[in-house]
Parts: sequence; C-alpha cells; structure tokens
Amino acid sequence: MQVNEYKPKIVAFCCNWCSYAGADLAGSNRLSYPAEVKVIRVPCSCRVNPMFILRAFQRGADGVILCGCHPGDCHYTSGNYYTRRRMALLFSMLEYLGIEKERTRVEWVSAAEGAKFAQTMNDFVATVKSLGENKRLEDLRCKR
Amino acid sequence: MRKCSLANSQLLFDKIAENMPLYIPVDLEKGRVAYKQYQSGMKMSDALKTDRSAKDFFFPQTENLMEFKTEGKSIEIIDTRSEAQDFVVFGVRACDVKSLEVLDKVFLAEPVDSYYKNRREHGVIVSMACTRPTETCFCSTFGIDASAPAGDIECYKTEDAFYFDAKTEKGKALLSKLDCVTEDCGDEQVKAQKEQIKKVLDKLPLKDLKADEFGADKTDKFFNSPEWKTLSESCLGCGTCTFVCPTCQCYDIKDFKTNKGVQRFRCWDSCMYSDFTKMSAGQPRLTQMERFRQRFMHKLVYFPTNNDGMFSCVGCGRCVAKCPISMNIVKVMKTLGGKNND
Amino acid sequence: MQKITRETLIEKAKSLLADGTVTRVLGWKKGDFSYDVTPAIFTSVEQMQNDFVYSEFSGANFSKYLIKETKKEDGKVLVFLKPCDTYSFNQLLTEHRFDREKVYAVGIPCEGMLDENKIKKAVGDGILSVCCDGDAVKVETLYDGVKQLNKGDVLSERCLNCKSKKHVAYDELLGEDGEVIDSNRFDEVEKLEKMTADERFAFWQNELSRCIRCNACRDVCPACTCEKCVFDNPNSGVENKSPANSFEEKMFHIIRAFHVAGRCTDCGECSRVCPQQIPLHLLNRKFIKDINAFYGDYQAGAEVGSRAPLVNYTKEDLEPSEAVNREDK
Repeated sequence: MQVNEYKPKIVAFCCNWCSYAGADLAGSNRLSYPAEVKVIRVPCSCRVNPMFILRAFQRGADGVILCGCHPGDCHYTSGNYYTRRRMALLFSMLEYLGIEKERTRVEWVSAAEGAKFAQTMNDFVATVKSLGENKRLEDLRCKR
Repeated sequence: MRKCSLANSQLLFDKIAENMPLYIPVDLEKGRVAYKQYQSGMKMSDALKTDRSAKDFFFPQTENLMEFKTEGKSIEIIDTRSEAQDFVVFGVRACDVKSLEVLDKVFLAEPVDSYYKNRREHGVIVSMACTRPTETCFCSTFGIDASAPAGDIECYKTEDAFYFDAKTEKGKALLSKLDCVTEDCGDEQVKAQKEQIKKVLDKLPLKDLKADEFGADKTDKFFNSPEWKTLSESCLGCGTCTFVCPTCQCYDIKDFKTNKGVQRFRCWDSCMYSDFTKMSAGQPRLTQMERFRQRFMHKLVYFPTNNDGMFSCVGCGRCVAKCPISMNIVKVMKTLGGKNND
Repeated sequence: MQKITRETLIEKAKSLLADGTVTRVLGWKKGDFSYDVTPAIFTSVEQMQNDFVYSEFSGANFSKYLIKETKKEDGKVLVFLKPCDTYSFNQLLTEHRFDREKVYAVGIPCEGMLDENKIKKAVGDGILSVCCDGDAVKVETLYDGVKQLNKGDVLSERCLNCKSKKHVAYDELLGEDGEVIDSNRFDEVEKLEKMTADERFAFWQNELSRCIRCNACRDVCPACTCEKCVFDNPNSGVENKSPANSFEEKMFHIIRAFHVAGRCTDCGECSRVCPQQIPLHLLNRKFIKDINAFYGDYQAGAEVGSRAPLVNYTKEDLEPSEAVNREDK
C-alpha cells in the first residue's frame, strides 16, 4: 500500500537573468530537485513585492523562496540590493507576527550555479517539509 | 413578569445555554466590550454598549452566499448555507433592538433576503433597559424609549435581580423553559426603575436634539445645502461610522476565486468608500462631499421617505464615539436642523 | 515662558488673516463634548472665536490635509503644527506631496494629548466635560460628580512615548522649541520579540481579528497618500472591503505597514483612530526598529529630502536570513 506522503508546495520566484538560467542549467545537467517547486520567472528579484509573497501563501504555498543575481551582479545594476532590504524587513515582520521564519528565504543563484540551484531547492523543500503545512498564513477558501 | 435573582444568574445562563447558543456582552481588555458565546462561568458585562452592535448576528460582516464549481462546460451551483439553529442574544439595548426593526424593513421587504430571514427567525432577543445611558446617547431623538427596550423578552436588571417580560411568542417560549430558575413577581421594581431611567434621560447632554426638521420627502430642502461642504471638509472617507452603525445595511457581493471554483460572498460596504456602488461607468458620487451627504441623507431623509417616516438612525452614539475626526450625525443634524437644534 | 493657549493662536491667526499672509486657517473645531474635536477650515476671526479650540484633544495631525488644501487656488493656508506633526509635514514635502509655498506653518508646543478611551475606562459612562490643569485632569461625569485623574494615566500612548518635542519645520514658532527625546517607544516591540513565535502569533491573531477594515488607519496616515490604494482597486486582485478571514486581516496590515516602512514618522495617528483599539503602532515601530538596527538610525521626516531606507542600499547590507536569525534582538 502506498502511503500518502506530505509534499509541500513551494513557490520559487527566479530572476530572469541569473537564477532562472541557473534552474535551466540544473536541468541541463540532470540535477534533480523536487517537482513540488514551482518556478515563477520574474524580470528581476526586485519585481517581487511583499504582496507576491503573501499571495503565494494565500494560494496554498507552504514555502516561498526568492532567487536573484548575486549582489553586485544585477542585470539592472542595483535591483537585488533593494530586494535584499525589502525582504530583510518583510521576513523580520513575518517572524514578528509569529509566522515560521523558515518558510521564506532569499538565495542568490547565478546562471552558472546549476548545482547550487538544485541544492538550494532540495534543502528548502526539506526544511519546509519538516515544518509541515502552512497554517499561519493560509486562506481556507483556497484549500477546498 | 418573571424574575431571577442575580445570585442565580449563572444558573439562568447555564439553563439557556443548555438548549441553544447564548451570547452575552463580556468585558475585554482596554475597556472593550463584545458579545461572546456563553461558556459556564462567564461574567456578563455591565457596560452600556458593546463595541459592535447586535447587527452582526443577523447580518454578519462577511457571509458566504454560494459556491460555483465548473467542470468542462457544466457549472454546478452549491448552496453553502447551513440551517441556522436557534440562538439567544442577551442584553441588547433599546437602540440596538430598534435597529433590527430598521434592518427588517430592508431585508424582509420583497424581495425577502432569505439569509437574513433565516437568522432573524432563529434569533431570540433578550433586551436590557439602560440604567446608565452615556453622554453620546440620543435614542429619544428618534422616539426610542430606553426604559422600554422591547425585544422578544424585555429585561430589566436591578441591584438584585433580572426582571423578564416576554413580548413575543418566541420570547414566551424561551421564558417558559426557564421556569425552574425564575419566579413570578410584581412589577413595582420595574416601574421604579423606569421612573429612574426617565430622570436620567432628562439629564443627557443630547436630550434636546430634535429630528423634526428631517424626515420623508425633505430631499429638496437639504440636498443642495451649502453646509455639506463644510461638514464633510475633513472627512477621511474611512468606513468607521458605517461599520459600527447598527442600522447601516449596504453590502457588496463579490466573487472569490478559490483554487477549485468560485466562492460568492457578500460583505458590508460603506457609502464613504471611493469604490462604493462602482459600476462600469465609475462611482456615481465622485467627491467625498457627495458620499458624506449620501450617508446622512439616507439616514434622515431617504429612508423615512421609503419607510413611512421611520428614521434609520437609532441614536446609539457609536459613530459619535468612534469617528476619527469626530464628525457625526449629531453635528450634521445640529448644523442642518436649523433653530430647533440650537 | 509664555503659555500658548487658544487665545494666543487666535491672536496669531487674526494678524495673519488681517495682513493677508493667509486666507484661511486649518484648525480644531470644538464639538458637543470636550473630546470630540474636528479638524476644520476657518476663514474668519469670528468663526475662530466661536468654534476654535486648542486643548488636550487637539490630537489630529493636519499635515495630510495640506495635500488637499494646497490644491485650492486660494492663497496660503495657516496650519498649526505640533512637534510630531512637523515630521509628517517634512516627510510629505520630501515626497513632493504638497506645495510648500501655499502653506504658512506655525509651530506650537504640545504637552501631550489625552486618550478618551483611557478616560472612559477610568471614569465609566457619562463624561460631560474634561478639563486639564497641569497634571490633574478633572472629569465631570453624569453619575459620579467630578472625578480627578492623573494626566499621566490617561495620556495617549504616543504621547507617553513622545519621541520629540522639537519642531523640525515651521515658518514661525510660538513658545520655545523642545528637544528630541530619548524615548522608550521600542520597549513594547522588544517585549513582543522576546516572546515565542506561538505567543506572538496568538497575540497578533487576537489583535488583528478585531479589524473591521474601516480603513481609518490608512486614511488618516500622513504617509499613505496614494491616489488609489491597491486595496480599493478592483483590478488589483487583492481589493477587499472586509476581512473575509484571518489571512486577509494579516495581509492588509502587513502591506499597510510595509508600504509606509521607512516613511512612517511614528506620529501614532493609526492607533489613535482605530475604532477597535488595535495597537497598529507596534507594526510600524517594528519596521522602524529594524531599520535602525539594520541600516543605522533613521527618523523619517527629520529633514526634508533625506533618502528613505527602502529606496536606498549599501553593498554591505545584511542578508534577509541574517535579519531573522539575529542574536542581539
């Protein structure tokens, strides 16, 4: 008999220029990472505003990860620096509201780091899996 | 008339709660008061008013209406209503009791709002006379008698007992179930309390506020008054007054896309909002002045016009206490009401 | 030192109206009780003599009204600014939200505003009048005669933790200027930070569940000046007129506070106006405290033209993971 294993839903916002290419490279290199990770391509990590993160949780995500170019390598020069400040404050606020800090993460993944991408996702999925379902930022209407 | 000594109030509440959910006003932190479902041992608040009115029980802020599920080209409509069970709201003040009468005019008139009707039929209102009305109270302006709060069961609380007088069939049915904790009594105590309440009402600072100038078919008289501009000058356009109001009944119907279908729900709306009654052509009231006017004209003129002169303000004073900029229906009436309210 | 009273302000307005410096005055208008003071426009000295009031309930921050007022083609407006209002004034100027040329700002000292909810809780129903004399607050009540309270006990939260008695913007100052105060305003935030995640979650769940989405916190906020808020825009996908569930409550308040992060001067209007007494300032102060800790001390509105922390960066900024895993908080 097959046991229904809990599979967390993960949303990964990936910047078009580095991390998305990194994911591509991970694929080309046949590096595996869990299929639960849904990648959403964004033009730059700083395109992601706090509403995106919250809405992902509302729609059923158990974890949200944001990947962008390494600081200093932003295609638009400084976008990821702003991301860094915004997400530092947002994550700190979420923690302040009692929401598990492990559910959100920012990682810098370059186009050459296919292995890092796969490893980051494996690690993040495992972390979120150990936390279980997102209960504190859920919208029950979306779970039916 | 039946009475129950305050020493037995716990027994009384337990007895009611045995059969159906009972909601009583409860003191919370920071001086807040709210209705809570009674659990044995809970203490009833002596506060005059709950922060939010009893309207919530019959017309909640959000309410699911139905659900849609689509599969291919077929659409399934699911009625998500659960049959309401009987419940009791205890300690509703005269103004809030009257507010339900106002809401009835809207929701029980054709076409009947079955969601509201369902709850209204199942809810039993035990009112409570106000022995200590506060400075923001002006229910007498609209002909409401705080010493005769009505409801399904009219209730008076003296220093040592509750006095009950069933006013409707529903009330009688409930009261008869409480025979074991109540006893027959005369009405001397209640009469004395009524007298005392009348004396207090006469001392209230807003006792002279008159609504005579307003009422049915006065639209032309007030609509173009230049005073609206100054009155609404500092209005923030927030919805506080409408959401604390026991008679405000406007709502919006919205669809929420769930992951598997659509949830149709309604929620309170506020005429103060820029997106109120928004249509394809936009919102008909473009400025805050027009929105502000709408609210007060509705309470004082439009509603009476459509409902045999009944005002849709009950003088509970919640908006007087809560408005962020302290602009309220009392100031509007004093400004527009001419000499009567000087 | 000359005490600044209602009469002083009317005198000032009188001379400015007379010499044509201003055409109207943004001031507080008295109501039916002591505490129900309404912001209003006065165009004559007579109006002011009848209705103008400056009391312990003149808490409303006028800075935001200047956006609307300066759009009028009608000369200059006189505005009275308490120290904390001047920060909002500067912040709005930084964001080019109103025309400085059309405003004549008079700085006035502030001895702290009272919180009517605290008074109501202390004396109960039937407050006929409230009168402040030094540290004593006399409350005339309907049922229990005159009750005496300590001003410190009924001072509003933002005044108990006043951050500054210094005016950072004015054309003219009445009375003497104060100093920036080393306040304890972050103590409560710290207390929350020290709780466990479960306790914090329960705390906020309880507080935010009371929200009725009247939007008063947003509408009164001098930093919230968008022409169209996402929460009012049917096309935004997040518009909601009432919090349908606990998620929407949290989303609104997180986004509201985040949107003013780095621009919030901590004027405390949001908590003052909340009809449900939700301590909204604790959200804003968390952001301010974090900004100070992460990026160096910053006071929004302290000067015109400063670059807000969220539209700025350094190459050495801390990582989001470090932000939530700090030891020192």
